[in-house]
Amino acid sequence: MASTLAQKIIARAAGRDSVRPGEVVTAQVDLAMIHDSGGPRRVEPILKELGVGLFDASKVVLISDHFVPGDTDEGARILELTRQWARERKVAFHDGEGICHVVLPERGHLKPGMLVVGGDSHSPTGGAFGAYMFGIGATEMAGVLATGEIWLKVPGTILIEWQGRLSPGVLAKDIMLALCGRLGMDGGQYQAVEYTGEAIAALSMQERMTLSNMAAELGGQAGLIAPDATTEAYLESVGGSAGDWLGLVTDPGAELAAHHVFDASTLEPQVAAPHSPANAMPVTQAPETRFEVAYIGACTGAKYEDLKGAASILRGRKLAPGLALKVAPASMRDQQRAADEGIMAVFEEAGAQVLPNACGICAGYGADRLGEDVTCISSTARNFQGRMGASSSKIWLASPLTVAASAITGQIADPREFLNDGEGVA
Amino acid sequence: MSGRIFLLGDDIDTDQLAPGQYMKGGLDMLAAHCLEAARPDFAGSVKPGDVIVAGKNFGMGSSREQAAEALKHLGLAGVVAKSFAGIFYRNALNLGLPVLVADDISAVEDGDAASLDPAAGELVLEARNRTVRLEPLPDNLKPMLADGGLVPHLKKRFAAERAKEAGE
Repeated sequence: MASTLAQKIIARAAGRDSVRPGEVVTAQVDLAMIHDSGGPRRVEPILKELGVGLFDASKVVLISDHFVPGDTDEGARILELTRQWARERKVAFHDGEGICHVVLPERGHLKPGMLVVGGDSHSPTGGAFGAYMFGIGATEMAGVLATGEIWLKVPGTILIEWQGRLSPGVLAKDIMLALCGRLGMDGGQYQAVEYTGEAIAALSMQERMTLSNMAAELGGQAGLIAPDATTEAYLESVGGSAGDWLGLVTDPGAELAAHHVFDASTLEPQVAAPHSPANAMPVTQAPETRFEVAYIGACTGAKYEDLKGAASILRGRKLAPGLALKVAPASMRDQQRAADEGIMAVFEEAGAQVLPNACGICAGYGADRLGEDVTCISSTARNFQGRMGASSSKIWLASPLTVAASAITGQIADPREFLNDGEGVA
Repeated sequence: MSGRIFLLGDDIDTDQLAPGQYMKGGLDMLAAHCLEAARPDFAGSVKPGDVIVAGKNFGMGSSREQAAEALKHLGLAGVVAKSFAGIFYRNALNLGLPVLVADDISAVEDGDAASLDPAAGELVLEARNRTVRLEPLPDNLKPMLADGGLVPHLKKRFAAERAKEAGE
């Protein structure tokens, strides 16, 4: 039977030769990722109530990122509880090393073909590595930790094909905002989104992670990309390998729920107006809007390559008067690499404030969250009302390049006008 | 149980149901701010037995189950919507909060007196003698909701497994 990548992974995890879209199956979980917000503080009371331990501590990864840096009494208390749980339950623990969706692959936990659950809605990020990874809530996570299994309704696959190549100054983030605009925030229908085509094949792993990450904003359960030589090279760099799954793809002739085809070469940088990623439009058509804050942060928009791209635009330029640029590198490792290459120095020289490697403002946490009536342009994934602070604040979404360009002008700016010659912008 | 209907639009997101800035506080505090951006009167006036009726993609966004938990905490009988975001749907049923899909909610008006019967798949609009038909829950989830959610359901399963082991 011709099968999609999603069907192949789920069939293996469910101990079946094949599965059909719409069937309900019980799958064995290869890995469960939890963080400090939905993790120990919420799952432990349930495990106690059930009177059981972890199904397999070696298949659980805990990452603190939501309440880092613990700058309030309550946040510090939650982090301490998280650390104590990691010691008692003997699970792999990454404390303050960055945002879970970035830390999980960079520390070598993900492999193609795995069935993975994450206690966070941006868990589809793991799909960039050919893992079927999806987000669940804390009670369901407690159930997984107790039993090692989860039910799934086998998804149909929505194949999203991008032909041609992206132009300079256009990133994966622009692809995702355009898709949110065209397909809507329920366009994914809780099915498996799979990205394919020449433009996708040409992307680096971190750019692919941005695509998979924002499958969440499309309402997909997962956001898959078939593993290839780029995946293999990344996995080897973190001490892993793609194993038998390298080259595993959706079969020609497999039944699809939908197949959308787009031209990457004509895509312009995008911005999304408050309060929805679906309010996307080309930057060239955006109304004049002034910003008090520009934010380069989150798993979606502050990985090493995002920082590198933003710095290429900021280098030798000044921030708009009165504008605050805040940069929260997505992981400690990415920040270190950026520092080694002089990228962090560019942010410092421009007058940016560098924040901890954590979810921070993107999740509405921390002292830097947006105040009343503040208008912000942000490289994050969501601009729902109140998401990053006060209900009266307004968030525009854009790529890290567009955020950097807008930080210079103080209003929505086209990053293509700021591309420095010879800069290797992805 | 009978209550009133709060009629909401499409794409009600989890940041409205459980705002991030109150996430480190307790459930009482979160629930007090539930839906304050979309319906400032909601948390203050909702009563046990009330029902939310909404458009498409209810609960989109975060996996934080406090979004569903806050509604349950406020005593809501359930949520009826044209469609639900996948994670919220699973969370709500795991917590024992009935969430039911209705193709046509055009008969419903804000403030209507209503009673929700998840098992029968009906939302009865009492004052107007109308019934909104709801899609039946998937078969694999019925036993869990009948047990009151995932935790009581698993308790039952583990108790049965222990009893079986003890008997062997």
